[in-house]
Amino acid sequence: MAFSLTEYAKGNVLAVQEYSILSWRALANLFSQPRYLGDILQQMDTIGVGSLPIVVLTGFFTGAVLALQSANSLARFGALSFTGQLVSMSMVRELGPVLTSLMVAGRNASGMASELGSMQVTEQIDAMRALGTDPSRKLVTPRLTATMFMLFFLTILSDLVGLAGGSVIALLLLRLDLNEYWTSAWQTLRYADIFMGLIKPVLFGYIIATVGCYYGLSAKGGTQGVGRATTQAVVAASVLILAVDLFVTRLLMVLLGPL
Amino acid sequence: MSEANGAAKAVVFEDVSLRFDEQVVLDGLSFELEHGATKVLLGVAGSGKTTILKLTLGLLRPDSGRIVVLGQEVTAMRETELFELRRRIGIVFQESALFDSQSVEGNVAFRLLEEKVPQQEIDRRVSEALRFVELAHTLKLFPAELSGGMRRRVAIARAIISNPEVLLYDSPTAGLDPVTSTTIVELLVKQRDVYQTSALLVTHRLQDAFTMATHYFSRETNKMVPVPHGWDWDSKTSFLVLKDGKKLFEGDAAEIANSDSEYIREYLTL
Repeated sequence: MAFSLTEYAKGNVLAVQEYSILSWRALANLFSQPRYLGDILQQMDTIGVGSLPIVVLTGFFTGAVLALQSANSLARFGALSFTGQLVSMSMVRELGPVLTSLMVAGRNASGMASELGSMQVTEQIDAMRALGTDPSRKLVTPRLTATMFMLFFLTILSDLVGLAGGSVIALLLLRLDLNEYWTSAWQTLRYADIFMGLIKPVLFGYIIATVGCYYGLSAKGGTQGVGRATTQAVVAASVLILAVDLFVTRLLMVLLGPL
Repeated sequence: MSEANGAAKAVVFEDVSLRFDEQVVLDGLSFELEHGATKVLLGVAGSGKTTILKLTLGLLRPDSGRIVVLGQEVTAMRETELFELRRRIGIVFQESALFDSQSVEGNVAFRLLEEKVPQQEIDRRVSEALRFVELAHTLKLFPAELSGGMRRRVAIARAIISNPEVLLYDSPTAGLDPVTSTTIVELLVKQRDVYQTSALLVTHRLQDAFTMATHYFSRETNKMVPVPHGWDWDSKTSFLVLKDGKKLFEGDAAEIANSDSEYIREYLTL
């Protein structure tokens, strides 16, 4: 069949429309019965507890390398004692939320897409609808709630472990005083920084769950289609996280005032 | 058509058309299914039989036409409104479509759990439904551990557990050996004669359709037996043959067997 630009554009507009409806319904479901508490808790365990090891490892090494790199530059200006401050600001405002979200996207957006995709291609989603249960309520909303809630706490943990990673480098390689490192790291943070750092994971959690579920539910063409949906979900979620991060950062800077 | 007329029938299709891209799937199809009756949908692969079942449940939407199920116009209802109606209808998918991450018990109990039925009653009804399909011993097994025929029977148990008013069977005997097929046909006959459930049955196996039309379920022997000659017995089983998205034939077993249509004669002798 010949490639048609109109058909291609129509297809994309339709995809955006379907994604918007799905993500809106998943959110709206929170405000009406029935709610699936058991499914929410199960997803919290899978997404939150299951992601602990990678989030801790990513946070630790990011904080450590951040301390190492920033110390290199700061030493040139004789400002090595600012290392704690720099690690703290970068981790809390930016790297903590973004890297945690990217890791969770890699792990869970793919998981959601493959699980829901398999259910879609084996007619289990249709079976669920036929049994009188709304898949957006039973499958999407619990994943959305769990991701938004758990990513918030995973980010706090990642920030803390990142600072700890930085402190290990500060102590062992830079020979800085630990007390000074933690004091400067703590004192530099304003409420605006913490607000910015904690609003992002909630938004990114929304992106991860809705994108993962959307690609899963729109999977077509057997196991190959499920594989394709999984890859697309991770790519789309990661790119969206980075793009939204830029706009949200700018917006919050305007709203909360510059550094 | 009045609403009262719709309510008098289990399923009504009125001039229903549907196409996927360039391909015409249904072209102005109309038929009615009486309460307590079974309609066997016949036709070559791709003639739109499964689509009819999905349209009945509102899983698909037609391009034009009206579909009324149990007095409610499916084609005018929104997805969120359809969930309530779907709880009164049971479906057995061709590939069973069991939830593979749940045990047989979880699958069969799914609808009751959703309706927050007390656990004790769920346990009772699940074992009753599994006894009906003679699979009481599989309660804790997972779908992957079952054979194709067993999966099909679990799907039947899942569909009948809430005593639906309409049952939709999508090729329940496809790809099964003759013994298992007969077991399944016997279950369908039992459901028809004991519970008087209205049903649409899609099948490729003509012998199954004729068995349904010529047998009844004997409560004395708990078995399906042929209707003896001379009995004034209405099996309430009729046939609908589809060709190119259109209705080619509609009638009972005797009429289809004596049909003049060359296409049907060829289909019957295949």
